[in-house]
Amino acid sequence: MVHWSAEEKQLIASIWGKVSVEECGAEALARLLIVYPWTQRFFSNFGNLSSPTAIIGNPKVRAHGKKVLTSFGEAVKNLDNIKGTYSKLSELHCEKLHVDPENFRLLGDILVIVLASHFGRDFTPACQFAWQKLVGVVAHALARKYH
Amino acid sequence: MVLSANDKTNVKAIFGKIGGHAEEYGAETLERMFAAYPQTKTYFPHFDMAKGSAQIKGHGKKVAAALVEAVNHIDDIAGALSKLSDLHAQKLRVDPVNFKLLGHCFLVVVASHNPAALTPEVHASLDKFLCAVGNVLTAKYR
Repeated sequence: MVHWSAEEKQLIASIWGKVSVEECGAEALARLLIVYPWTQRFFSNFGNLSSPTAIIGNPKVRAHGKKVLTSFGEAVKNLDNIKGTYSKLSELHCEKLHVDPENFRLLGDILVIVLASHFGRDFTPACQFAWQKLVGVVAHALARKYH
Repeated sequence: MVLSANDKTNVKAIFGKIGGHAEEYGAETLERMFAAYPQTKTYFPHFDMAKGSAQIKGHGKKVAAALVEAVNHIDDIAGALSKLSDLHAQKLRVDPVNFKLLGHCFLVVVASHNPAALTPEVHASLDKFLCAVGNVLTAKYR
């Protein structure tokens, strides 16, 4: 089980409390698809992903980004049992979606950059540490049931 | 992975915006890297890691200068950083994974100070540029 200090929990909660899940989720997923275009391979049914503008405006990208970040919120709510929280999702990503777990790491880092752009100096180095730890734990949990 | 003409334009533009803050960004990048990835401190056992440390400022300045040099010779990054590449291969031997961590922290710094300038397209170009720099610095490792 991952150990979270009181400070880490507080840093995570204080940022999460101010996050617009819809906006940040959409932005994070769009940036993933733009910065690492090979990740588009999982979204061939999303319609127009032909340019950054198309990706940013794509309603399916926005909706899916919101869905992904909403799910991330479950980790924030259950810091002491992230493994359990993502057990089924891990199986899904392996067996049905066939997503290379490296993509979870990529998205996690993109999320950190999006948070930095939204929170500026409030996203302190200590904050970044806590969030890098969180995205790492989430990525690990999502990869855990792979076989 | 090749830098397109567009990438080069984007990178030059964002570094133009960063301007005289490059040294400050260099120091903050290191500060964040040491905080977020404590294992990176193993390369600097002799450093004072306290906030505002003169050593971190000094080293941040060096890192920033190297990035700026690469931007100024963006058509030949390998040539511009050739000596640094030798240094990292023969003497410093920093594990290649750490260049990704440094690059990521640099992006975080740029994002936190210039959110409007770091559009997704610029983000992509800058990420590619930082990868290219990392590749050059590790090119002679073996």
